[in-house]
Amino acid sequence: MTLKTVGLALAALGGAAMFAPAMAQNEQYVPILSYRTGPYAVNGAPYADGVSDYYNLVNLRDGGINGVKLQIEECETGYATDKGVECYERMKGKGPTGASFFNPLSTGITFALTDKTLQDKIPIITMGYGRADSKNGAVFAYNFPLLGTYWSAADIAMQHIAKELGGEGNLKGKKIALVFHDSPYGKEPIPTLEVLAKKNGFTFIPIPVTHPGVEQKSQWLRIRQERPDYVLLWGWGVMNGTSINEAASVAYPRDKIIGVWWSGAEPDVAPAGAQATGYKALMLQHGAGEFGVHGAIKQHVPNRLGKENFGQVLYNRGVVNAMLGVEAIRTAQKRFGNKPLTGEQIRWGLENLDLSAARLKELGFEGMMRPVKISCGDHEGARDGRVQQWDGKKWNIISDWYTARQDVTEPLVKDISAKYAAEKKITPRDCSKAD
Amino acid sequence: MLYRETGQYKTSYAADSVIFPIRQDRIGVMIVLAIAFVFMPLMMAFKIPPFRNDYILLAILLPFLILSLAAIGANILIGYCGQISLGSGAFMAIGAYMAYKFGTGISEIGLPPLPIVVSILLGGFSAAFVGILFGLPSLRIKGLYLAVATLAAQFFFDWVFLRVKWFTNYAPSGSVSAPELKFFGYLVSTPIEKYLVALIFVTIFALIAKNLVRGNIGRQWMAIRDMDIAAELMGIRPLVAKLTAFAVSSFIIGVAGALWAFLRLGTWEPLAFDINRSLELLFMVIIGGLGSILGSFLGAAFILILPILLIVVPAEIGLPITTETVSHLQFIIFGAMICFLLIKEPLGFARLWQIGKEKLRMWPFPY
Amino acid sequence: MQELGSFLEVLISGLLAGVLYSLVALGFVLIFKASGVFNFAQGAMVLLAGLALVRCLDFLVARGMPFWAAVALGMIFAAAVMAICAFMVERYVLGPLVNQNALTMFMATIGATFVIEGVAQMIFGSDVYPLRLFPTDAWIAGEGVFPGGILINKLDVWGGVIAGLLVVALALFFQHTKTGRALRAVADDHAAAQSVGIPIAWIWFVVWLVAGLVALVAAAIWGTKLGVQFSITFLALKALPVLIIGGFTSVPGAIVGGLIVGAGEKLAEVYLGPFIGGGIEYWFAYVLALAVLMVRPQGLYGEKIIERI
Repeated sequence: MTLKTVGLALAALGGAAMFAPAMAQNEQYVPILSYRTGPYAVNGAPYADGVSDYYNLVNLRDGGINGVKLQIEECETGYATDKGVECYERMKGKGPTGASFFNPLSTGITFALTDKTLQDKIPIITMGYGRADSKNGAVFAYNFPLLGTYWSAADIAMQHIAKELGGEGNLKGKKIALVFHDSPYGKEPIPTLEVLAKKNGFTFIPIPVTHPGVEQKSQWLRIRQERPDYVLLWGWGVMNGTSINEAASVAYPRDKIIGVWWSGAEPDVAPAGAQATGYKALMLQHGAGEFGVHGAIKQHVPNRLGKENFGQVLYNRGVVNAMLGVEAIRTAQKRFGNKPLTGEQIRWGLENLDLSAARLKELGFEGMMRPVKISCGDHEGARDGRVQQWDGKKWNIISDWYTARQDVTEPLVKDISAKYAAEKKITPRDCSKAD
Repeated sequence: MLYRETGQYKTSYAADSVIFPIRQDRIGVMIVLAIAFVFMPLMMAFKIPPFRNDYILLAILLPFLILSLAAIGANILIGYCGQISLGSGAFMAIGAYMAYKFGTGISEIGLPPLPIVVSILLGGFSAAFVGILFGLPSLRIKGLYLAVATLAAQFFFDWVFLRVKWFTNYAPSGSVSAPELKFFGYLVSTPIEKYLVALIFVTIFALIAKNLVRGNIGRQWMAIRDMDIAAELMGIRPLVAKLTAFAVSSFIIGVAGALWAFLRLGTWEPLAFDINRSLELLFMVIIGGLGSILGSFLGAAFILILPILLIVVPAEIGLPITTETVSHLQFIIFGAMICFLLIKEPLGFARLWQIGKEKLRMWPFPY
Repeated sequence: MQELGSFLEVLISGLLAGVLYSLVALGFVLIFKASGVFNFAQGAMVLLAGLALVRCLDFLVARGMPFWAAVALGMIFAAAVMAICAFMVERYVLGPLVNQNALTMFMATIGATFVIEGVAQMIFGSDVYPLRLFPTDAWIAGEGVFPGGILINKLDVWGGVIAGLLVVALALFFQHTKTGRALRAVADDHAAAQSVGIPIAWIWFVVWLVAGLVALVAAAIWGTKLGVQFSITFLALKALPVLIIGGFTSVPGAIVGGLIVGAGEKLAEVYLGPFIGGGIEYWFAYVLALAVLMVRPQGLYGEKIIERI
């Protein structure tokens, strides 16, 4: 290759990088960390579509939040931690007031960003995932595991099993296996399940599946030998479908498998087809289907990204997530004025977010979720869930609402967040004095 | 004209064996170091563009430095000693996790938390130790077979750091955070400080590596690389040469891993050092140039910056970037550029640099 | 008896699962045999073949074509796509790299991997596409002898049968066709083959095409198992230990390697895993391979490398 080619290429790239975009001053910058490529794109893409469509709805229908338009930018992380961190560094300072908040949709990226967001004063919203101990807002001022942590999820799943068995007492002597994605994500529920195993007297068998989980024969052969009464599934991406398929091939009854809410979407059951019939999964409040907000998106967002996945579980989760972020900004505006806000101000908005049933109805989320109220001591806001079952074609809700028992998870939250605070030399805030 | 070594006479052995024998090289290195150590931090301190915010620092320069260091380590093994390794990521992980263990203290043997520099170096030594173990098969297995065999190290350590709770101090999720970064009593927290720490490490190790490869041991490595049987017949012991290459390479990669974890990530999990990291390092070494310290830097810069540019440039000039297609397009362009470079210059950027130097020698009056 | 039953069950499942890895490993072997290129893109080729097949199939079925006709057309379409892929790779990636060292070629195939994955997903979509070509339920055998019986997955058996047929077909192709013999000549010595008039570019195209067809077969089976989606590319990493145990250049070696890896990793996971925490099969396969290489550095069936000064 000639040096000239290299020189020219460098010059071209450098020149292109020089173009600075014109910055609008009255806009709120909202970054989206998404993954539309790589092994988890199947699950990442519908979620990102939902987030993006809702932000666009706010811009197109309402002209932004109280006149402040949202400036949306997406960054592809590919579910890789280092790429996520790079996206974060790139996006955190953009827009007139910096990034509003981040939703990485990856427990790994959440862990990596937790220290950084504290330093940069940008909230990180991890709806239904992330660090379970970050529920404790006194220590984790900038983390918001809204609507449910993995520990809540584990407790809800066990409550449902207890109910199916006809009471908590019947859990005694039973065997519950956890087939989990071998990563911080998959390991999070283990402490709760261990506590519950002790409390209710069931045997708990953790069975790890190595990322990405394309081959699980041995795990399911082990399940065939152990014959657990229930299997909890904590997977993501290709792992979910493979698990259900393997369960079918070892003839493990699908209706004894309960997936976490990240294992309960359409792409998870599609590869197994009819084999998945009977498979159950938790719902992070909402399920699939179209609600008021979907009508609004159809009407006001002509170029919506959600097409085949419109109204699917993960798409809806993206919509809910985006709505919570937008409402946090709105809440913060009440105190700081209708202008672009900093991450620190939006953190206040998140911590004081209070969505009543009436407000949810107004927003078009009636039937999708229950009211949420977030406070300094409770960054989770709500810990309700239901159980849905796949009938071969669609998800049906088969249970009533469960609420995770605080007495189960709270001691763990206290314990582990205190450890984190000690390690990082954070003095927990006094929540009674938080404004 | 500018780069002409005629007239530079060496009158002593010392002068003949200096690290940069040509005056222009010495000046060049001095200038680069001056820019890196003085000029850049000043620009950053006063937020002079392009350092408006700490993005370039944290997301480009810091990873560039650390990955360059790792690439130097990989290059010693692959480029200088000819032993292809796909397990570099594992050695980064060993460096990171062992540095973490030493940095937070090992209560089982009553070891208190050690100072951070000591921890990082011990992390490197742990990696070197494991490197020697996994280097042993190289005495028997060669070429691509060895490459695949080194994947055993990669997957084994991915698993170890996930499963053995001791390494993560029994954290429930298995992800760990760096201890407080106190270097000789000085708390490193701002991006500039992190950058300078990385820069110091990289400078020292790059100089050490540069010296090693032109010394006795480096020549042994290269003899083994060029033809191991011939080297053996000439009296070079393959055992010593190969294992030292594994040790030195793993040590440097381990230190880089510790820096990557402590300075760049802060909190990490084994996935940060997976097979993709190993392949990335291999790319850096090959695109940069096998058997070249400078090439390691150039390769690291290219592999790190190209994907970022592919994302940033279309976004900055206003092309729509939200769609899936664009993400795929980035991969396609990246892959195509790699193939293009390998076809056009299989010897890497280091070779281009050499051609450049030769041209400069004549410039501006080439014949 | 139950213990023995479950042992047999794990062993048989492992052996069959191993054969499924062999299907992917075969593609590596073919290309390495004929061109000395270690083709990292094999996993991406499986993805491309699978996507082409399933998308064409879905398209035709949605237009009302009977399933088996659609499968046949889908196979032809996917084969055509693989031919284009083989042509492009030969023409633009490997052709210009003739006589470079093995490492450079290997890296070039990683570059090609990115391109193939990107193009495949851009054209055919990056969702998960269910594919149902084979039954996926299980037989329960020997229920009279062992309590609970021995479970054998039908898909695995299909995979085993197809892999067997494929090996026979490839052996015939290499031994008894003109192109096959030319392939072996090229594998022995590029320059000598060229000097007796064998067109290397054509031979390489053929071998990439054959590897592409093998990828298509692998995609049909693995796609039924996992659904056709990006993660199918990770199979390449599961195929590598199979490859080095068998030897880079041996077709039967790929099958034997698959059997060893499959049985070894499943037995290890089920019987050793619970004691040391589980999830060990990934690295166990590689450690097994490493152990075999320590004894036979070219794999079990690899060609002995004679070194000269």
